[in-house]
Amino acid sequence: MAIPTHETSHATPDSVLWQPEVEAHDDLAARTLGFWLYMMSDALLFAGLFAAYGVLDHAYNTAGGPGARQIVHPLDGFWQTLAVMTSVFAFSLATVAMKMRSRPGVILYTSIALVLGLVFIGLEIADFRALIAQGAGPDRSGFLSAFFVLIATHGLHMVFGILWMLVMIVQVARSGFTEHIVARLLNLRLFWQFQASVWVCVYAFVYLRGAF
Amino acid sequence: MPVHLQGPWSPLLGRLSLHAIPYNNSIILFAFALAAVAAVAVIAPVLYFKKIPYLWREWITTVDHKKIGVMYIIVGLVMMFRGFFDGLMIRTQQVLADGPHSPHFLDALHGYIPPYHFDQIYSSHGTIMILFAVTPILTGLTNVIVPLQVGARDMAFPYLNAVSLWLTTVGAALVMVSLFVGDFSAAGWVGLIPLTELPFSPGVGVDYWIWAIQISSIGTTLNAVNMIATIVTMRAPGMTWLRLPIFTWTTLSTNIIGLTAFPVLGVALALLSADRYIGTHFFTAGQGGNLMLYTNLFWIWGHPEVYFLVLPAFGIFSEIIPTFSERPLFGYVTMVAATFAIGGISWLVWLHHFFTMGAGPAVNTFFSVATMFVGVPTGVKVFNWVFTIYRGRLRFDTPMLWCVGGLFLLLIGGLTGMMLAMPAIDYTVHNSVFVVAHFHCMVLLVAYAIFGAVTFWFPKVFGLQLDERSGKLFFWTFSIGTILVFVAMFGLGFMGETRRLDYLYDPQWLPLLIIQEIGIGFYSLSVLIFCWMLYVTLRHRHAHVEADPWGTSRTLEWLTHTPVPFYNFAVTPQVNARDELDWRRRGGMDRKLPDGYAPVHMPSNTMVPALIGLFAFGFGFGMIWRIWWMAGFSIVAVIVLVIARSFQKTPGYILSTDEITAMERRVEGSSIVAEQPSRPPLVEAEVH
Repeated sequence: MAIPTHETSHATPDSVLWQPEVEAHDDLAARTLGFWLYMMSDALLFAGLFAAYGVLDHAYNTAGGPGARQIVHPLDGFWQTLAVMTSVFAFSLATVAMKMRSRPGVILYTSIALVLGLVFIGLEIADFRALIAQGAGPDRSGFLSAFFVLIATHGLHMVFGILWMLVMIVQVARSGFTEHIVARLLNLRLFWQFQASVWVCVYAFVYLRGAF
Repeated sequence: MPVHLQGPWSPLLGRLSLHAIPYNNSIILFAFALAAVAAVAVIAPVLYFKKIPYLWREWITTVDHKKIGVMYIIVGLVMMFRGFFDGLMIRTQQVLADGPHSPHFLDALHGYIPPYHFDQIYSSHGTIMILFAVTPILTGLTNVIVPLQVGARDMAFPYLNAVSLWLTTVGAALVMVSLFVGDFSAAGWVGLIPLTELPFSPGVGVDYWIWAIQISSIGTTLNAVNMIATIVTMRAPGMTWLRLPIFTWTTLSTNIIGLTAFPVLGVALALLSADRYIGTHFFTAGQGGNLMLYTNLFWIWGHPEVYFLVLPAFGIFSEIIPTFSERPLFGYVTMVAATFAIGGISWLVWLHHFFTMGAGPAVNTFFSVATMFVGVPTGVKVFNWVFTIYRGRLRFDTPMLWCVGGLFLLLIGGLTGMMLAMPAIDYTVHNSVFVVAHFHCMVLLVAYAIFGAVTFWFPKVFGLQLDERSGKLFFWTFSIGTILVFVAMFGLGFMGETRRLDYLYDPQWLPLLIIQEIGIGFYSLSVLIFCWMLYVTLRHRHAHVEADPWGTSRTLEWLTHTPVPFYNFAVTPQVNARDELDWRRRGGMDRKLPDGYAPVHMPSNTMVPALIGLFAFGFGFGMIWRIWWMAGFSIVAVIVLVIARSFQKTPGYILSTDEITAMERRVEGSSIVAEQPSRPPLVEAEVH
């Protein structure tokens, strides 16, 4: 690049050095990027947990207790999969409603997504209770530790998603679509779809691989 | 299903009782007295000069990236002093406890520290130096410098930045509390498994270690999100990717590592806590657990963490060396490529920390070759710095001294690292102090870069230069200490001294141990000189400093006023070249101010991050002592705070053109960090 000489520099227009008119950075884009980055770290968290599950899913890790074949049934996981996927669909309809600036639409579809999320959590808790009642709790063996902690960590993420939806329903009802609220709804969509994707991995890696 | 615990437990206080306070241990009493004196020395002037409102307004509630960065660095320096003191105690114990006829003092059979206490000291030395000293200082430096280097007004998420700071501080605070309430982990900074399991470490030490790291590493992860988003979205117009200063490039690479590596540490520690709290069997020896799973997970984080530390150090070298060689950096593009190559390879080498696991020749060979491959981009970097120095107009100001010293350490640490990369050699020196000397060369290289960076950027932040004379004296005493301690340590490693010994059985090691102790003496002297340097600097605080006190700085942060006003740049600069300031200087435009100003949008202060930190401390403390109500209440409080803040309307405020103009006039020649005006926030509008 050319270096201006001293003669020309005095004639340098101000705009070469300063940009007073520079528009404030796009807050929405920054927040979306930031949330993608957060999910990157969340993905690594699940990668670590799946790796631990993979290491501990061997016959000698069951310590005489039940293995995957004995405790998972593809149909149990199937109902949960159905619940979480329908929930994601409902929340997608909520974002469509947001584009149409329909407060009731967003509230309705978010509520449906929320209820389906609760159904998912309810099924998971019932599943866990049944296992613990059989004496197959997380303290039974290394394998069961990995099974419970992997699925419970995902469940915890779902609980936070549900809490987030609850907050968003209140905020949309109160203040409509401010920049902050739109950003939160968009990030919640990312979060919810990501948790659904993680569940797909859980279903394939734990339930299907375990059952067959 | 909480596990069965040894010892008493009550619902109100958990495992906490008066016995937890080690008032009968004279060493800890001394440390407590020291900490108390330091606390009084800090708090008394604050109260005397009635500075609490000032601290609250300008520091505790701040979202300004520079002040947050400074606080990170202060936390890190305090912890570094603590970590240094631990190191001093380790070395002194070893020189006293060599051979069967060694003297004994206090409660110890050999030396002056009993084994269990000694184990805690080396565990806290490692944990503190890596996670609570060097990491926060580097985070602080990137916080201060990167937004300025890319020409931004603040970080992408100023509020999140404050949250990260307070979470890191909570981790450091928990480590400090462990000194006086209960004890710290005695299982090494890596958490040697299964020693960290509940049956073998029934006390709260390991829990302190777990929660201090867990909470502060959440802060580090959030900071990584923030830093990457800042570099990607907040660059000034004209700041294309290939005009980015190298320090910003290394920060980007390092934070990509931080973002992806710290969650794995989180998993390792969370699974360990599950073992300790709800009785799972991830890493227990029986019941189907797998010990090496922990070791692998830990080092999958642990090795990238090493590069997480060293890459910003490389970035600092790449800023300081061109400035004091008065030449542009040699091989800019290869430097960027090397930075990302190191970041990428950092993920493929973790197993070299335990070649002796016995994974077999194929696995060991893969990790051996991958490890040696790190030498290629690192070599590229070293040659780039050397070619920058070559035929430059060299000035040996203090920052440059630290860089050149750091290059020597990189050479020694790097070449011994190549030796250790060979499994055949590693098998013979595994767990010896040869390894300890190697990685101390690498981490000290980071410390050298830190001292260089603090000296280099100090005037930019505070508007006064650190005293050069005592700075150079500090460098030389510190370097003599480094040479004496670590050259002797390499020798001891070859002679067969293993790590973490509270008693040394071979009297023939004594001469080298004495040399190490003399080196520690030089280190102690250098700490005093450091304090003297700060004192002399403060005494001369009215000396006026120019925007670019070194005269030959090259990057954007030196373009704005010194000290940097809270809005960084009154008008966003247009970037025209890779070394923008150098380009302007050569065109005679470096003093040219903008013709006019425009209104500036700034974020408001908030007390929420500090409150989140307070409750995070409550959560950590409650979990450590198993005070369930406290942990439960604190975590609910954090969640409620986060939700409550999302209801707050926080669009910041606007500085008008007149105000900016007035402040720009006033800021010339002032010598304090410009204070932020308080004013009502804006009203949030709907999106159109």
